[in-house]
Amino acid sequence: MGNIDWSEIAQATLDTLTMLGGSMVLTVILGLPLGVILFLTGKGQMLANRAANGALSLLVNILRSVPFVILLIVMIPLTVALVGTSLGVPGAIPPLVVGAAPFFARLVETALREVDKGVIEASFAMGAKRRQVVLGALLPEAMPGIIAAATVTAIALVSYTAMAGVVGAGGLGDLAIRFGYQRFQTDVMVVTVVLLLVLVQVLQMVGDTVVRRVSHR
Amino acid sequence: MIAFEAVSKTYAKGGHAALSEVSLSVKAGEVFGVIGASGAGKSTLIRLINGLEKPTGGRVVVDGDDVAALGVEGLRALRRRVGMIFQHFNLLSSKTVADNVAFPLKLAGRPAAEVKARTAELLERVGLSDHATKYPAQLSGGQKQRVGIARALATGPKVLLCDEATSALDPETTEQILDLVSNLNRELGLTIVLITHEMDVVRRVCDRVAVLEAGRVVESGAVEDVFLHPASDTARRFVREADGEPAADAMLAGRVVRLTFRGEATYKPVLGEVARATGVDYSILGGRIHRLRETPYGQLTLALTGGDVDAAIAHFQAKGVRVDHVVSGEGA
Repeated sequence: MGNIDWSEIAQATLDTLTMLGGSMVLTVILGLPLGVILFLTGKGQMLANRAANGALSLLVNILRSVPFVILLIVMIPLTVALVGTSLGVPGAIPPLVVGAAPFFARLVETALREVDKGVIEASFAMGAKRRQVVLGALLPEAMPGIIAAATVTAIALVSYTAMAGVVGAGGLGDLAIRFGYQRFQTDVMVVTVVLLLVLVQVLQMVGDTVVRRVSHR
Repeated sequence: MIAFEAVSKTYAKGGHAALSEVSLSVKAGEVFGVIGASGAGKSTLIRLINGLEKPTGGRVVVDGDDVAALGVEGLRALRRRVGMIFQHFNLLSSKTVADNVAFPLKLAGRPAAEVKARTAELLERVGLSDHATKYPAQLSGGQKQRVGIARALATGPKVLLCDEATSALDPETTEQILDLVSNLNRELGLTIVLITHEMDVVRRVCDRVAVLEAGRVVESGAVEDVFLHPASDTARRFVREADGEPAADAMLAGRVVRLTFRGEATYKPVLGEVARATGVDYSILGGRIHRLRETPYGQLTLALTGGDVDAAIAHFQAKGVRVDHVVSGEGA
């Protein structure tokens, strides 16, 4: 284990967690409403609008089909405009969000589709406004699915952060590539991969626990 | 309380008419049943009352309001005066029993203290006070429907709509829920519209009934009349299903008649009396003795032979028994 610089590993872990935390919060803030709108404008739903739904759906599909490495580079001008730099942890967050939010939005849309239509009808029959139906019935009923979607998204973000090394953002994945792969320091590679595995495992466990607590089906 | 005036509903897709020219009226304080096979348009009909569906022709007037003419706020106000319960209960799985019942009150923006007091009162009424903090998934079907009823009553409606409310329940639970619905009708003066495919439900709780077939009302009237003397094929089929009565067309010799006893006459020994007086013999081909809500009734299909058959029929009629001649093949 002679190659391992533990302070560098600690820094890399911190960078990964910062990227993950920052981009996850923004992904939820942007992706959740996007998913709700995708659902509500869908066929047969309360705000059914073919044009709006088609346009949003296309946008989501375009963003989801661009490989993340390409997104990182293509977005550089926008990233600079947003956070003042395209480098380091701050420079990585905008592309991470743009990569993950459409993915999360699709998963949210799917979770909302799982909600029993009868419950939505009953809410209207009780005199609910649309806003009340969405906030008071639709989202609470879909909450287990939405949290499961957030878990899957967070884990996808972990692997995205590994690529953020391209813009000098650091993090565990970057360490694994630069030292473990490019310099044949297998021990560094093993340590970083184990740390990433632990992170993914913890995220999944926390997600599953929360889903179980909010699900009363 | 509720009037359908030549109401039609055609779904845009394929131009399929769910309802055509339906006219009926429901009086305040009565239990009105709509019976029909699946696809007859019952579900559309009941949803026109609280504006979940809009008619494509005619008018639906509820409590003085033309439903289609109401704005968003007017419709919300109407829906607070018209409660609804569902076949699959449609409770929010993410909320406790108490929160489900409180939901319509919160939607209406009532103050928290009132919501709490009213919720407790409603749970008491449906006998679920002990289950307030449970989630719907922890309840039986009958308990879920009780929550549905408590929720539907939360905003103090004048009308209760029951959408196949007992179709997902076992017979014993069905009876309990129907008793509860009957009590609400009596104690709160609630006007009730229920849709069902089971004649038994109609027989137990309804005052009047409309029979729906392919989007049209083929027969309507007091339950006793429709049940004992169905005029349409559809009504006859539902009555037969409810009684499991075999068609009496394995004809014996003699005149086949159907006797209908109602009220007190049901318990009198009329048959023996008439047989002795007129020398007529009878073979019983089919029969039923039951209750329509509180009224006992009996209906017997007989083959009369020997003696003076005409005198026997006159004698039955004099005793207040209705006599119908059964044409071969018509069955019961």
